Amino acid sequence: MKVGLFIPCYIDQFYPQVAIATLKLLEKVGCDVEYPLQQTCCGQPMANSGYAHLTGGCNDNFVSNFAGYDYIVSPSGSCTLHIKHHLHATNETAATQIRSRIYELTEFLTDVVKVSTLEATFPYRVGLHQSCHGQRGLHLAQMSELVAPPFSKPVQLLNLVKDLELIQLDRRDECCGFGGTFCVTEEAVSAKMGKDRVADHLRHGVHYITGVDVSCLMHMEGILKRANSNVQVKHIAEILTATL
Amino acid sequence: MSQLTLDHASASVEFNKNEPRVDWHDETLWFVRTKRDRAVAQIPEWEQLREAASQIKNHVLSNMHDLLVQFEENAKQNGITVHWAADGAEHNAIIHGLIQKAGATRMVKSKSMLTEECHLNDYLTQHGIEVIDSDLGERIVQMRKEPPSHIVLPAIHLTKADVGETFHEHLGTEKGATDPQYLTEAARQHLRETFLTRKVALTGVNFAIAETGGFVVCTNEGNADMGAHLADVHIAAMGFEKIIPRAEHLGVYLRLLARSATGQPITTFSSHFHRPRPGQEMHIVIVDNGRSRQLGRPDFRNSLKCIRCAACMNTCPVYRRSGGHSYHSAVAGPIGSILAPNLDMKQNADLPFASTLCGSCSNVCPVKIDIHDQLYKWRQVLMQEGYGPTAKTVSMKAMATVLESPRLYRMAGKIGRGVLRFAPVTVENRFNPWYNQREMPEPPAESFRDWYVNHKKS
Ligand code: SF4
Repeated sequence: MKVGLFIPCYIDQFYPQVAIATLKLLEKVGCDVEYPLQQTCCGQPMANSGYAHLTGGCNDNFVSNFAGYDYIVSPSGSCTLHIKHHLHATNETAATQIRSRIYELTEFLTDVVKVSTLEATFPYRVGLHQSCHGQRGLHLAQMSELVAPPFSKPVQLLNLVKDLELIQLDRRDECCGFGGTFCVTEEAVSAKMGKDRVADHLRHGVHYITGVDVSCLMHMEGILKRANSNVQVKHIAEILTATL
Repeated sequence: MSQLTLDHASASVEFNKNEPRVDWHDETLWFVRTKRDRAVAQIPEWEQLREAASQIKNHVLSNMHDLLVQFEENAKQNGITVHWAADGAEHNAIIHGLIQKAGATRMVKSKSMLTEECHLNDYLTQHGIEVIDSDLGERIVQMRKEPPSHIVLPAIHLTKADVGETFHEHLGTEKGATDPQYLTEAARQHLRETFLTRKVALTGVNFAIAETGGFVVCTNEGNADMGAHLADVHIAAMGFEKIIPRAEHLGVYLRLLARSATGQPITTFSSHFHRPRPGQEMHIVIVDNGRSRQLGRPDFRNSLKCIRCAACMNTCPVYRRSGGHSYHSAVAGPIGSILAPNLDMKQNADLPFASTLCGSCSNVCPVKIDIHDQLYKWRQVLMQEGYGPTAKTVSMKAMATVLESPRLYRMAGKIGRGVLRFAPVTVENRFNPWYNQREMPEPPAESFRDWYVNHKKS
């Protein structure tokens, strides 16, 4: 099983530890992982800003990096969703194949690898932020709007971690307000949403906030730090690989 | 209405200056959303109901012409006069004409977002007709000369104290009074007098039934009935998308509407109007005002399925924290943001960006409108049509150039991280909107790629 590791641009630049954890995790569960060296970005920042027509070059570059893998896996729900829905390229056959073979990390682990044990320990109170694009877009977890049985792929994995205490939030799947360029173009609302989201976690006495999207975590981290909080954020891959 | 309209982002900055008020607005609407969740969870077939509602509306959108003609025929046979209005101006003129014909100078009106969309109140006031809104929330904002901020809860942006102040000024209630019972009683007395003295009453239309030529108006206060039953002339204003094929389809929508709107099993009054009572005139004004244009846009046509329950607003985390007025459009929130650009792309180019695309709206919507996907699509249309700010277009082009070249991307990354590490003051300043209320991420010495090349290739 040959896996192409897709590391979104801002994770590459600002959160290499998340990418390293993802790589280690995939290797640990037996995948043959490769990181294509010429990758940049999924094109989402332009597309969500209304400039999908400028993403051609980005898309072609993505396709030339990831064509031919059995699976493409990424530690980001929102970038994965973008590729799954919007990747088109000069080589459309390859693009179509990529769209059907790309997975967000937690869905790959639960649905494809079918992980049932993990040697991880994390003795802390943890709050899970269900990032919207992963949750509602990729359906990583049941959303509170629908009348349907609950499930959550990230929770399924966190439950395999020894000594981890997962807390229940008051609003279990409210958006944190990051929203890509929304976080700067609508700064007032974005920051207020982030503050409220963080407050829900703090009310329940968490030590860590985790999630499947570093972008949301980066936003909440910025708010926590501004408030001089000692609560930290960690991507789920970092927790799933944590040892004492 | 204020002349100077701020764009959504700037209006939200204003709204957020009073954080306790934002919290209160957010929590009140979240309470409604929670009530809705409890109500729909009691219906095991909820998702099938949504699907049925969506498919009936799909049928309507594909057979709009035939259904409207069928409705017109049946309504006429019932003794209702049917008028057609191409736009807001025609709608207003028709209604003005009917009031004049009745020899009236005053009218009572129940809730109708369509009349807001067409600015009917302003128009009639300018022509010397007095209009009183009889929905309590509408009446409150009307006294304050504000537009409604929510389609179901028009005065949700106001506190009890605001209402007390408004009633003190306009209805002579005691200064400082905030007791809801006392204030409601004052409004009731004032409205009762209105109902008894108006010869012309206007209502909206929630559902018009092609098969029977009748229509249904849903209210919680019974004010539409009071107005319509006491007046000599009943005018109903409807956007043409309110049509449904058959009476049997009503059950689907009545079950969905109130639960989605307020978490009630059904609205308190669902009044069926089929013909005028003896001696009364009944008119229905069927309005296009851009709807056929939207029907002609494949990506956006199913926004016309909307039954105006407002569930998408209550669930929208952006709406809850920016308030309805920030959308500067008769219909606010997620649905308003996909309807408004159809009415005026230039004026409303900011609205599809007033969203994180979290997708909650699409999944709460009882008729399954793909709201957040349409927001995404509107963004593409608006930027391609050139309604984006020049600075944004320039920076997006630069971004695209960097991100399509692995070499430029790595160079920019290195420089960016370097700047953040060694000269953070260049980005940690008040001109950087990120930094206003958040710290910047701490840049690492090496990117993941650098690490990978150093560690893996050995
Ligand atoms: S778009 Fe859907 S949720 Fe929003 S008001 Fe219309 S019917 Fe209700």
